[in-house]
Amino acid sequence: MTTLTHLQRLEAESIQIFREAVSESERPVMLYSVGKDSSVMLHLALKAFAPSPPPFQLLHVDTTWKFQAMYEFRDRLVAEKGLDLLVHRNPECVERGINPFDHGSATHTDMWKTEGLKQALDLYGFDLAFGGARRDEEKSRAKERVFSLRSAQHRWDPKLQRPELWHLYNARKAPGESVRVFPISNWTELDIWQYIHREQIPIVPLYFAAKRPVIERDGALIMVDDDRMPLQPGEVPEMRSVRFRTLGCYPLTGAVESEADTLTGIIQEMLLTTSSERQGRVIDHDSSGSMEKKKQEGYF
Amino acid sequence: MAHASDDLLETDIDAYLDRHEHKSMLRFITCGSVDDGKSTLIGRLLYDSKLVFEDHLVALEADSKKVGTQGGELDFALLVDGLAAEREQGITIDVAYRFFSTERRKFIVADTPGHEQYTRNMVTGASTADLAIVLIDARKGVLTQTRRHSFVVSLLGIRHVVLAVNKIDLVDYSEEVYRQIESDYREFASQIGLDDVTCIPMSALAGDNITEVGPNMPWYDGLPLMGLLEDVQIDDELQSLPFRMAVQWVNRPDLDFRGFSGQISGGTVRPGVAVRVLPSGRATTVDRIVTFDGDLEEAVAGQSVTITLTDEVDVSRGDVIATSLAPPAVADQFEAHIIWMDDHEMLPGRPYLLKIGARTVNATLAQPKYKVNVNTLEHVAARTLELNEIGICNINLDRPIPFDAYGENRDMGGFILIDRFTNATVAAGLLHFALRRSDNVHWQAIEVDKSAHALQKAQKPCVVWFTGLSGSGKSTIANIVERKLFEQGRHTYLLDGDNVRHGLNKDLGFTDADRVENIRRVSEVSGLMVDAGLIVLVSFISPFIAERRMARERVGADEFIEVYVDTPLAVAEERDPKGLYLKARRGELANFTGIDSPYEAPESPELTVDTTSMTPEQAADLIIDHLRQHGFIN
Ligand SMILES: Nc1nc2c(ncn2[C@@H]2O[C@H](COP(=O)(O)OP(=O)(O)OP(=O)(O)O)[C@@H](O)[C@H]2O)c(=O)[nH]1
Ligand SMILES: [Mg+2]
Repeated sequence: MTTLTHLQRLEAESIQIFREAVSESERPVMLYSVGKDSSVMLHLALKAFAPSPPPFQLLHVDTTWKFQAMYEFRDRLVAEKGLDLLVHRNPECVERGINPFDHGSATHTDMWKTEGLKQALDLYGFDLAFGGARRDEEKSRAKERVFSLRSAQHRWDPKLQRPELWHLYNARKAPGESVRVFPISNWTELDIWQYIHREQIPIVPLYFAAKRPVIERDGALIMVDDDRMPLQPGEVPEMRSVRFRTLGCYPLTGAVESEADTLTGIIQEMLLTTSSERQGRVIDHDSSGSMEKKKQEGYF
Repeated sequence: MAHASDDLLETDIDAYLDRHEHKSMLRFITCGSVDDGKSTLIGRLLYDSKLVFEDHLVALEADSKKVGTQGGELDFALLVDGLAAEREQGITIDVAYRFFSTERRKFIVADTPGHEQYTRNMVTGASTADLAIVLIDARKGVLTQTRRHSFVVSLLGIRHVVLAVNKIDLVDYSEEVYRQIESDYREFASQIGLDDVTCIPMSALAGDNITEVGPNMPWYDGLPLMGLLEDVQIDDELQSLPFRMAVQWVNRPDLDFRGFSGQISGGTVRPGVAVRVLPSGRATTVDRIVTFDGDLEEAVAGQSVTITLTDEVDVSRGDVIATSLAPPAVADQFEAHIIWMDDHEMLPGRPYLLKIGARTVNATLAQPKYKVNVNTLEHVAARTLELNEIGICNINLDRPIPFDAYGENRDMGGFILIDRFTNATVAAGLLHFALRRSDNVHWQAIEVDKSAHALQKAQKPCVVWFTGLSGSGKSTIANIVERKLFEQGRHTYLLDGDNVRHGLNKDLGFTDADRVENIRRVSEVSGLMVDAGLIVLVSFISPFIAERRMARERVGADEFIEVYVDTPLAVAEERDPKGLYLKARRGELANFTGIDSPYEAPESPELTVDTTSMTPEQAADLIIDHLRQHGFIN
């Protein structure tokens, strides 16, 4: 008898979800955010449909404030793998130059990411979007179904979730409504890293420790990624050995001091750490229910 | 951190990871009545195992002060109750999934709500569990909701149960109280076929018997809860089942490759194995097992693969590829357990969508044979099932499907029902066996058939279906139409709501369920009359789109003429020929269409007659013209 390992089971489950979602929607799309979860999700999508290519486009909802290394990584990957990637930047944000320094992290995130995402979904008429959220990330995510219905206004109603039994997913919806599907719902942070390790999935180098210019602000280590970052009096970027546990907009993503420059080193550090991965995200600190609220408004 | 630390982690990370990858995995739920301490238990389990991140602990301390139920002390339930509404009310509404591991095992726990209203969310969590922790408040003992959840656990086939008698701190750690609850529960459990039950007294709040056996209950000589969870034997029997794979997606990258993608739900498969494609029954052989990482020599239950076949057989999404040594049965009528999960009651006779495996078909449910009283386990007669009720029903599908009994293979016997209009998942069901009826009751091959009847009468039979509010003028118009047809020598019959309700349907009232059954019977009767060659005039309020569609499907769309007798409510109420509106307004008539029961106007009827702008006579002529133009009469 062959015993499947835990990762093999998770992989098979995710593939089943991908195939089900594609079969039950008209115009699916995969949200690609360039982070490690997106990398794993993309890898699973390639597996789910091989030898065919994944039967959907990728969508990057960009904010123009991601790390330079993320853009480089993204563009290289798209070229190498011949991926069909759409990039959407909220034109209103572009025009008004929305940024976290002048407008605050909440407005920045809401306008670029939440509004940007809704715009893109409406613009292309996508009726199903894959997202790389995991239930172990945050307590309101722990409550969400794998197939999660959104109203025509893209809202999530946590009190009206459909029962979801066994491996049977109900993707039916009225015109205008859409479904968000989370193929890696049941993966943990450790599973993600272990899978990246096992499958040798390429990830953005920022996850590995290196000397980088950082300043300390409000208790977080922020990397000075380009010259758009206004320095306050007395702030002098310092070269420190740091890495990132999650990646987002560089001014809103805290680094951790680390020497871990290999995958196993990262995993080891992660297992020994006493803080959660989202701690590095400035936006999640706002309030205890902030993620649920953002999700209700249409955030991924 | 969600992983208990150990030495290997620091000394040999590769060895650690290898071991971690090969740990077994237990999926369990916590369930039981509201406030018995389920969420507190999970929070406590994570906390005591040092599996809570520091930043989460800081948040927990703050939250406990703000919304906690423990007067500012740590309220562990807040670690799991993640929705704003839950924290406000101090209850769990939806299932939360938490992930953790110890040195010995990995766990996925689903913390389910105890509140009866949210039973469907408990069912969601339970459907994928290997073990259930049933909690009981030591002060309250076995409650209805304890029984209901235990019944669901048993029905869904969860083999292992841990009975946790919680809040034992509130009864002075009394062994007597514990023993009494244990014996009450065991008695109930044995009646519902739960025979692997382990009992444990505990305090989730104080932490007794959670990760360690504490000093407060010297009389307890078993393992702490964590030890029980690490020890329980879970065997993966799926691989020893006959091979089954539901085809989710046909994989066609180019003209040379045609593969069938799916997840294996039972058994094992190898190239060269003889298989059948169901429901067609076509026999063929597995050629290759294709994956992104190369072809496989063997694939087993649980794996997602793509299979190619040696013959060009027709296979599409929803079909099942199965071993030809033991293929699944194929049928279109079943007896099934139904767990109703929607706020709107089940409507026998109304078509729902049934999804099983990768296949979705139309299904109608007969009136339940009975529902189960979860307290007494009695079988109670029922006309319908309401939210959270569990019953046994016969199901009729519009196409045959391959299936195995749920008890043998969950993926081949478990289904959901979806409402065709709201798209809500309204029920879960378990197939047990096919009804032999469909095999035995063949249609009598009748020599004088439908067309012979029609020819004899020199007309094309059809149903003219009048729908509209009470008092809209349906019967008046239908009567005139019938008279005119009769005068022309046509063979007709008029089925009128009031008359049919005096005889054939006199057992039916005016609830939604009865209205559906009313229409189902009338569609069947009018269908038979069409077979007899008649032009049938049906005059029924028939307020629901779904039932009129059902009638149309039963009769056949090209023999069905829907006439919408369009009269505004105010006008009908003004006419009030039978004085019914007056009664309804006075509250003497419940469920009256237009007043306290909805009327869904047809979206695209063949004909609409506006009774405010034409006389009944003119309306009748309009209908007869339509019949002539469409060749029903000449
Ligand atoms: N004294 C005492 N109180 C407890 C114990 N376990 C839980 N409680 C308290 O009981 C209350 C309900 O606990 P929850 O964990 O929210 O109960 P629940 O079963 O999850 O409730 P629902 O999910 O809403 O059904 C809270 O105030 C807990 O602090 C216990 O062992 N002893
Ligand atoms: Mg709870």
